[in-house]
Amino acid sequence: MEWETVIGLEVHVQLATQSKIFSGASTAFGAEPNTQACAIDLGFPGVLPVLNAEVVTMAIKLGLGIQAEIAKQSVFARKNYFYPDLPKGYQISQHTIPIVKGGHLDISLEDGSTKRIRITRAHLEEDAGKSLHEDFHGMSGIDLNRAGTPLLEIVSEPDIRSAKEAVAYLKNLHSLVRYLGICDGNMQEGSFRCDANVSIRPQGDLHFGTRTELKNINSFRYVERAIQYEVERQIALVESGGKVKQETRLFDPAKNETRAMRSKEEADDYRYFPDPDLLPVRITEKQIEEIRQHLPELPQQKHQRFMEQYGLNTYDATVLVSSGALADYFEAAVIASGNQTKLTANWVTGELSAALNKFDMEITQSPVIATELGKLVLRIADNTISGKIAKTIFESLWNQQGTVDDIIEKQGLKQVTDSAAIEALVDKILAANPDQVADYRSGKDKLFGFFVGQAMKESGGKINPQQLNELLKKKLQ
Amino acid sequence: MLNKSIAELNHALHTKKISSVELTQFFLGRIKQFDTELNSFITVTEEQALQAAARADAQLAQGTAGPLAGIPIAQKDIFCTQGVKTSCGSKMLDNFIAPYDATVVKRFNAAGMVMLGKTNMDEFAMGSSNENSYYGPVKNPWHLGYVPGGSSGGSAAAVAAQLTPAATGTDTGGSIRQPAALCGISGIKPTYGRVSRYGMIAFASSLDQGGLFAKTAEDLAWLLNVMAGFDENDSTSVAHDVPDYTLTLNDSLKGLRIGLPKEFFNPSLDKEIANAIQAAIKEYEKLGATFHEISLPNTALSIPAYYVIAPAECSSNLARFDGVRYGHRCKNPHDLEDLYKRSRSEGFGKEVVRRIMIGTYALSTGYYDAYYIKAQKIRRLVRQDFDDAFKKVDVILGPTTPTPAFKLGEKTSDPLSMYLSDIYTIAVNLAGLPGISVPVGFIQGLPIGMQLIGHSFKEARLLNTAHVYQKATDWHTKKPEGF
Repeated sequence: MEWETVIGLEVHVQLATQSKIFSGASTAFGAEPNTQACAIDLGFPGVLPVLNAEVVTMAIKLGLGIQAEIAKQSVFARKNYFYPDLPKGYQISQHTIPIVKGGHLDISLEDGSTKRIRITRAHLEEDAGKSLHEDFHGMSGIDLNRAGTPLLEIVSEPDIRSAKEAVAYLKNLHSLVRYLGICDGNMQEGSFRCDANVSIRPQGDLHFGTRTELKNINSFRYVERAIQYEVERQIALVESGGKVKQETRLFDPAKNETRAMRSKEEADDYRYFPDPDLLPVRITEKQIEEIRQHLPELPQQKHQRFMEQYGLNTYDATVLVSSGALADYFEAAVIASGNQTKLTANWVTGELSAALNKFDMEITQSPVIATELGKLVLRIADNTISGKIAKTIFESLWNQQGTVDDIIEKQGLKQVTDSAAIEALVDKILAANPDQVADYRSGKDKLFGFFVGQAMKESGGKINPQQLNELLKKKLQ
Repeated sequence: MLNKSIAELNHALHTKKISSVELTQFFLGRIKQFDTELNSFITVTEEQALQAAARADAQLAQGTAGPLAGIPIAQKDIFCTQGVKTSCGSKMLDNFIAPYDATVVKRFNAAGMVMLGKTNMDEFAMGSSNENSYYGPVKNPWHLGYVPGGSSGGSAAAVAAQLTPAATGTDTGGSIRQPAALCGISGIKPTYGRVSRYGMIAFASSLDQGGLFAKTAEDLAWLLNVMAGFDENDSTSVAHDVPDYTLTLNDSLKGLRIGLPKEFFNPSLDKEIANAIQAAIKEYEKLGATFHEISLPNTALSIPAYYVIAPAECSSNLARFDGVRYGHRCKNPHDLEDLYKRSRSEGFGKEVVRRIMIGTYALSTGYYDAYYIKAQKIRRLVRQDFDDAFKKVDVILGPTTPTPAFKLGEKTSDPLSMYLSDIYTIAVNLAGLPGISVPVGFIQGLPIGMQLIGHSFKEARLLNTAHVYQKATDWHTKKPEGF
């Protein structure tokens, strides 16, 4: 039987505020345990929450970024359950009336088409602390630094049909929240976390199958692997006559499998009710308009513009707009390159990205600045250097050995375009290799590369390759 | 120093007839003398009090002291006080030293008032007799075999026995007005949002409101001037101007329209209380007020609505007392569930457990609409009743309680009959309105109270209405014998 995968994603975006959602304590990551939790975060008797206005602005930005409806009035509720890292015994979260309703995000599919993923809602809530089960000899440690950190939970409709689509959606959302400046996007520190609801159904069936929820998958790669594994598990289970159980499952990247965590059949009753300590969040049209006016160009608009303005294909445009800083880098490099758009895109997405990945660096940390990379492209385009030499120069730039022109000058890397000089070199090589010349002429076409290699070696790669090819062909006839 | 109003004490302090240290020592002495019997204090902060008094004296000497500087006050043990045990009347918090001051405490401290200690109360403010305290019941100074009312029973008894000139309280369903009535003193519950709830340990957040006890309405006005006001730490506090409540105390009552809700004067009302209220009405008529029958048709629904909403909120508010970060923790828990179960079962008293259970049930899936949502609808109707009434009248008058104080132990085994003693006060909390109780007479030596209810933020009007009555009568000047 043909199976269809149905996926809905819940993404927890940690909002990049200085202080917590309901207290003045700092949200900075990595402090000593329990040093960034005030009486409010610790749930002391008598304390009260006061909403950080910044989180409302950030939620509105997200809402505008996904063309959603911003609720004029939204309500915080209490989600009641006991856990040691939940200090008040309830989490303050928006339940029946979230701040953002509806909206959508478009993703590019592998066949080049675009698919719209609908978004159900996005709501504000506070994070819990962390329980640490190791190192305490039969006891658990609690770190409440994270308690009260603002989160925006973004819930998609079950419109996603494959692990690849899920990753595309997540990457777009990740890029969007960073463009909007509402999240630092650091997945390792948990600033962008994803839960996936996964089910299967026979192709063409209109009813949804029983879903499992995969918890806390903290990298794009894991999302893809976790969903793939889970889909295969469900198919194998159903095909062997079993039934999928509604449950929460945890992905284990080491074993590449998902494991049942707790069953949803004995579902917790969270006893939600409106939090009487907080007034409804009221938002005016004027407030929304003001935020709209200051919104930066968003990834999808930029993607569109890059394709139109620079004539890029959808793949290059997608990679380049994946972060605002990368897109800015590209645009600065294009100017310096004398508008060599395609070649600049190749260098940014190719050589530069590879180097950054290798050293695990962000584009903002690149030792090669945008104008120099652009200049390098310009020197290729105006035939000062060959593409091959350019790679050498790039390495020198990376190691901060000067500007492009300095390096060309100092290392004498300027391309040889003087026909007479090239001819002399070709003659010298042919003369030095009479056997190979004879073999070539008797039909061993493959030896052409040998002569090119010899010439390049002799010249240190500086000969203009096109001119060399033409001359060699002529002389070898 | 006895029988003096706050204005008189203030005058004596400013004219150096007495010092704050002397005044403080005087009341500390009375607490030592009488409180073993009354049990109105959980903690007496003698040392801090004398230090605060010395500071106040220094301010008085420099001429920089405000009108309340140097005057003692007692704080209900529900308000967090930095460095001082804040028990909320519970074993759960018997070991809890608050790390910060409640806003209300901060305000009184900043005004130079001297905190004598923390007063006894029903555990987590749940009760109407002060018999639910982990620290034992408080006795009514008018008759030691009777309850002082609750939940702010310690504060009321302490003021009635003149162990302190003033005390704070909190009122969720009548917890200031009812004990004020049963102890023969004046007590005010301001409009919801008028006084900060920050640092006041929550029972039912949408109903809780801090307020005051004193001998007279005039004293309450002086104290409310300091206590009221917006607090950025409490999202439900209201940024509404705070008038000087003392300026309008003597305004004429000529033309004041007073409403009498027919639902308050029904056959279940004690006949002698009804007579006392009638006498007060006559007094007001002499003072120029006019009376109008009004109807608050949903009064009877207030109690069931209250006993859904208050427990629902309490079940959530009290979840933080889990034995993990502070408060009582059971010995040798063998796992997490055991830690929760035993810490909470050992730490909470019976009434608190009962309300947590009721509230948890009312919020559960399948019952939420039938209980919580319905109760909220009733709450809106109750509020509407008052809004309609205040189109016709300025103040609503009635009894504070249906009976005078009852005997210690009389109702402890019958929670429903205990709940009914709040019949006249609960609707006011549901509507978020200000209410005041002042003494209007005695039944067999036990005081009874009259409740005046105002529209939102009309505390000045209430205090004026009560003060003018007190100038014309002397019920508020009666003192229990033996103190």
